[in-house]
Amino acid sequence: MDHPADLQPAPAAIAHAPTVRQQLFEFVLQLADTSLVLGHRLSEWCGHGPVLEQDLAMANIALDLLGETRSLYQYAAQLEGQGRTEDDLAYLRPATAYRNPLLVEQPNGDFAHTVVRQFLFDNYHYHLLLALKEGPDAPLAGIAEKSVKEAAYHLKWSSEWIIRLGDGTAESRQRLDKALATLWRYAAELTTPTATETALQGLGLVPDYADLLPAMQAHAAHVLAEATVPAPQVVPFAQRGGKGGQHSEHLGYLLAELQYMQRAYPGLTW
Amino acid sequence: METLEKDLSRDDQFQARIDADVRIEPKDWMPDAYRKTLIRQISQHAHSEIVGMLPEGNWITRAPSLKRKAILLAKVQDEAGHGLYLYSAAETLGASRDQMLADLHSGKAKYSSIFNYPTLSWADMGCVGWLVDGAAILNQVPLCRTSYGPYARAMVRVCKEESFHQRQGFEIMQTLAAGAPAQREMAQEALNRWWWPTLMMFGPKDSESPNTEQSMKWRIKRFTNDELRQKFVDMMVPQAEFLGLTVPDEKAQWNEARQAYDFGEVDWDEFWSVVKGNGLCNHDRLQARVQAHEEGAWVREAALAHAAKRAAREAAAVAV
Repeated sequence: MDHPADLQPAPAAIAHAPTVRQQLFEFVLQLADTSLVLGHRLSEWCGHGPVLEQDLAMANIALDLLGETRSLYQYAAQLEGQGRTEDDLAYLRPATAYRNPLLVEQPNGDFAHTVVRQFLFDNYHYHLLLALKEGPDAPLAGIAEKSVKEAAYHLKWSSEWIIRLGDGTAESRQRLDKALATLWRYAAELTTPTATETALQGLGLVPDYADLLPAMQAHAAHVLAEATVPAPQVVPFAQRGGKGGQHSEHLGYLLAELQYMQRAYPGLTW
Repeated sequence: METLEKDLSRDDQFQARIDADVRIEPKDWMPDAYRKTLIRQISQHAHSEIVGMLPEGNWITRAPSLKRKAILLAKVQDEAGHGLYLYSAAETLGASRDQMLADLHSGKAKYSSIFNYPTLSWADMGCVGWLVDGAAILNQVPLCRTSYGPYARAMVRVCKEESFHQRQGFEIMQTLAAGAPAQREMAQEALNRWWWPTLMMFGPKDSESPNTEQSMKWRIKRFTNDELRQKFVDMMVPQAEFLGLTVPDEKAQWNEARQAYDFGEVDWDEFWSVVKGNGLCNHDRLQARVQAHEEGAWVREAALAHAAKRAAREAAAVAV
């Protein structure tokens, strides 16, 4: 059985110039923070899902994201070369040092909010990983290669639920509309590059997000059409800041819970 | 008269199959009482898996390392999976999942009382794995040979995963016991709280367990409550010693003559009180399940409505 504790050691990092290494560290950390925070949110559903099968599905996605998180933090720690571990990176950084986009820290809300948040993320995540696995940095490509298979399943799950909720009952439609109206404002940040991402894109280490957009938009249009949901007429003001460490009020509470044990009992082994 | 004789002979034939260790399958004839007992037992077991997700779920978001978080989440997910196989096994006897859930939510159906105790520290994740899953395994391993085929087969899979969970729980305890003083204290404090409730998991004393005899005869049950409780104590006292921890029972001493551990009397008033709904978490656990079910109603309705629309469209497309 594939056990979550048994992670493959990452292949050795290729030699990058120190500035590039630092930028790549920041980018990998951003990806790790993103998967950790979203996986944490999904794990909050555990035991409380709308039906047992979906409880299992959400725990499964949370586990995949957590597995990806660990590989990414391990690689980030290696790039940094300061002797920090995956747990140091996850548990001992303040919210302002977290680099996840705002979308993934948004609270679960009802099942429609969780599904919309997941769909917006999965559509980006899957297409990003698809490109990263062909990228020149072997360790990152290796992590992407493993995770893209899982992300394809996640995108299938969230797409199917968008369709079911959109083309289900009047209530599910109303809840879906509300969730889309709430969360759409956080979608643009995913594909808006930070200075670090732009620099890495210039070096070909990170895909140009403009190249990902056509496939992402085509998939979203297809799913929304199946769901009989018209594309949002008024696009709300795009919120961003998380990738630069400027978060919403929600992340502090999430980290207070996530980091509780390591903060209360510093330096112990668990 | 003729039907009665026929039924009697069917009963005898049924018992003869049981005695010969032939598995009973869903389409086979079985006495009503056998069917009812199994539905009650299997659905209780399924409910225990689902309610059991809550006390451990309580620590997923606070697990102290990413590795522990992944292991705990996978474990709780396994429990959801066990719930699914068990509900399916009960369905082969003609019970519906909706009805079983309605019985859980109304309080008519029971689940294991152990989950009405709170999980208050990280060491509880160790104790739940080590002791609670340890007790569950002793109860469940004999069920892999139980007379009803679908239940026995579900239990083979459940037991494999449970023993994995138990090792993980023991390993949490080992890490704490070998750790800093604060961690050792945490481990001992958790053991103090979980020890007696886990002894209660084997059910009332044999002298007060009215269903045992018939269940043993049908080979739904293979050991009595007291036999299993003794086995558990014999297994766990040395393990606690190995960890450098002490079980909270001064009477837990090796008895050379019996070749077994003596141990003190379980507080049966507490046992019955929690069974009757007065444990610290009875209300919250059930409320959490009811709330998840009620808040999920619109999701389940949407899925059904969409499936119906889709089927109608497909049928229309075929008609054209």
